[in-house]
Amino acid sequence: MSNTPFSNGIQAARLDSVELTENFGDLHPRFDDHEALVASDRCYFCHDAPCMTACPTDIDIPLFIRQIATGTPEAAAKTIFDQNILGGMCARVCPTETLCEQVCVRETAEGNPVEIGRLQRYATDKLVDAGQHPFERAASTGKKIAVVGAGPAGLSAAHRLAMHGHDITVYDARAKAGGLNEFGIAAYKSVESFAEREVDWLLKIGGITVETGKKLGDGLSLEGLKTEFDAVFLGIGLGGVNALGVDGEDKDGVDDAVDFIAELRQADDLSKMAIGRDVVVIGGGMTAVDAAVQAKLLGALNVSLVYRRGKDRMNASEFEQDLAASKGVRIITNASPKGVIGNGAVREIELEYTDNDLKPTGQTVRLQADQVFKAIGQTLEGEGLPALEWGKIKVDDSGRTSVDGIWAGGDCATGGDDLTVTAVAEGRDAAEDIHAKLSA
Amino acid sequence: MANLESEFVGIKSPNPFWLASAPPTDKEYNVRRAFEAGWGGVVWKTLGAEGPPVVNVNGPRYGAIHGADRRLLGLNNIELITDRPLEVNLEEMARVKRDYPDHALIASVMVPCEEDEWKRILPMIAETGCDGFELNFGCPHGMAERGMGAAVGQVPEYIEMVSRWCKEATDLPVIVKLTPNITNILHPAEAALRGGADAVSLINTINSITTVNLDAMSPEPMIDGKGTHGGYCGPAVKPIALNMVAEIARNPETAKLPISGIGGITTWRDAAEFIALGAGNVQVCTAAMTYGFKIVQEMISGLSQWMDEKGYESTADFVGMATPNVTDWQYLNLNHITKAEINQDDCISCGRCYAACEDTSHQAIEMSEDRVFTVKDDECVACNLCVNVCPVENCITMRTLETGELDERTGKPVEADYGNWTAHPNNPMSTAAE
Repeated sequence: MSNTPFSNGIQAARLDSVELTENFGDLHPRFDDHEALVASDRCYFCHDAPCMTACPTDIDIPLFIRQIATGTPEAAAKTIFDQNILGGMCARVCPTETLCEQVCVRETAEGNPVEIGRLQRYATDKLVDAGQHPFERAASTGKKIAVVGAGPAGLSAAHRLAMHGHDITVYDARAKAGGLNEFGIAAYKSVESFAEREVDWLLKIGGITVETGKKLGDGLSLEGLKTEFDAVFLGIGLGGVNALGVDGEDKDGVDDAVDFIAELRQADDLSKMAIGRDVVVIGGGMTAVDAAVQAKLLGALNVSLVYRRGKDRMNASEFEQDLAASKGVRIITNASPKGVIGNGAVREIELEYTDNDLKPTGQTVRLQADQVFKAIGQTLEGEGLPALEWGKIKVDDSGRTSVDGIWAGGDCATGGDDLTVTAVAEGRDAAEDIHAKLSA
Repeated sequence: MANLESEFVGIKSPNPFWLASAPPTDKEYNVRRAFEAGWGGVVWKTLGAEGPPVVNVNGPRYGAIHGADRRLLGLNNIELITDRPLEVNLEEMARVKRDYPDHALIASVMVPCEEDEWKRILPMIAETGCDGFELNFGCPHGMAERGMGAAVGQVPEYIEMVSRWCKEATDLPVIVKLTPNITNILHPAEAALRGGADAVSLINTINSITTVNLDAMSPEPMIDGKGTHGGYCGPAVKPIALNMVAEIARNPETAKLPISGIGGITTWRDAAEFIALGAGNVQVCTAAMTYGFKIVQEMISGLSQWMDEKGYESTADFVGMATPNVTDWQYLNLNHITKAEINQDDCISCGRCYAACEDTSHQAIEMSEDRVFTVKDDECVACNLCVNVCPVENCITMRTLETGELDERTGKPVEADYGNWTAHPNNPMSTAAE
């Protein structure tokens, strides 16, 4: 091993491969059978259960937990997939502590909810690992639908449409399907190539063709798709990254957090992933935390996460914040970047403290930094899209855009939180609307 | 601190907790460990006649019912009486009794239904110095096929006959162990009394098939693809045992017959309940088989603490105290009216009370849009189902209406007087309808 956490600059192999493997292991190991039985027994099978209401995809949670408790996790998985075909990934990345588990009556009563997320993972893994796909396609309708973007929204829409017998072509700009599941979340949330295996499993429904390396404006045009297909679903996500807007932003070592996360997810050998000695991440969302935690896990000596407002305003959930803190990430709140200092490459970043209304206080501080990650939000990219609202494609409850024959969902569209589970729900619901319209 | 020393049909023991005749009491080694752990007495594993002992199956002997986290709720066994030679058991019993003179040692016995068999074996066993006999008329499996165990216990005439033989053969106390696999527990209990038995012990195990192996399509425990009914015991059988104990204790003819209570006793509280219903002491097996002999220490400390809190100095102080309150349905007070009440501070809004009442009972619980659950007094029949399904203890309680208070369901005020079915106007046999 040539480097250590103390080595200066952006270096690979700060930790040996044993440490790296351990650091990037499964965040929440899967329940074994007995653990699942014990955990499932805690569910009260509530009437009109609050957890169901809180789930953006309306999974029948009490039913699937009871199916686990009675020794039929495969049936439980079917219950989950009926509502959420990406239930496996959602079990890993959903902020359950602010969704189903937050409203679990046992959380209310004891501060200790039924572990819905881990139970969902237990059930869904059974089917996905066995390679069993529980759905069959309806007879072919002869209708053709284009799905742009092979992320959670697009995959969800494609699967539901294929199930109804339509022929689907999914386009994606990247070399691989999966979207943020594949490129945009921390590695320890999707170990053993789960995102890739999940896509393969999803495609077993049949009737879906995936074409990678194609994006709107680069090989694809909305007009062309409209002509060629009976309907178009846009699940293109947010391709642009917001800039810091401060001096020195162009210096070497100032990178987009999303690129770092994507590169890390695709890395075959983590010991080849370079990381700074002193890393500063700007932002307060899930992406910021994923970047900060993984920087630390790669062996960075000091990792600071800088957020301009108070802790309670951070988009990253409390669980994520605690995870970051537990891995040794220093969370600095009420501070904004003022300038990036360095000769060619970043050496320091200057911050100014701000109050909760973002008013500068005049107090500044400099942090040593050889790498800065920007994670202050993403923006919609693309020309000639349907009408926008608040920077996103404007859709109604069924995912219909301003253009007849074009639907949209997921992060690129208005409505809902920018969560995987919301994207899945929007893709599914748009698919049902497309199907209804094409069947009419 | 309460004195747990116990005397049952003249047999003294340091506490009322005896190990029932079963696998835990089959050998000197186990029994010594049991006494060291704190058990007050032991009913030695059932002895059979001289000669070649019985043999047991070599496959599984037990089947189980589990609750959450594999908590053992019910156990079923197909083990027979001791499969060790009589003389070996007798030597060991004598040694144990010599070393533990203050502990109770009872010999459980099962021989064919012939007078000379019983009259020959009891004096032989008595030479061990044992404190008494328990006649095994209860085991429902295996031995019953050979005309012993439950096959005797199901025929009151046989119980009476064998009890009489035994009383003629020994001066030691004779306890008759009853099988629950009958229609009315009073018949065998009365037979034992007529035969001169000093006490009864109950219940023995219940005929049962614990589970069916759905791959092999065979009952469990399965031996080479086949199963047979076994004897069911453990926490699951306690309610059945309590009722049978109470039936004997409140029956005028058998009210004075001492009872050794058996059936799913797992904690001090279970033991206290049996004693309150009329048992003079208790016998335990499944709890020891599940957790080991040490469990008696909790039973001892728990019973002592409770007795201290209640001011009971010995277990005799509360034997049968609950018996007078066991009555027939027809004597229950129909003018006692209660309504369920939900404590909103404790309610966690799970809605189980609502689902239970709305789907399966009287539609007496209302659910608001924001998940507040309230009882509709004009529909509530006070069935108590909501109390039982509520996961929060004491969140739903039953409030007794005051005399004169309006029962919104019937539109009538609560009457002051006790009134039961025997005098109810709807009863065609009503005695007060003249």
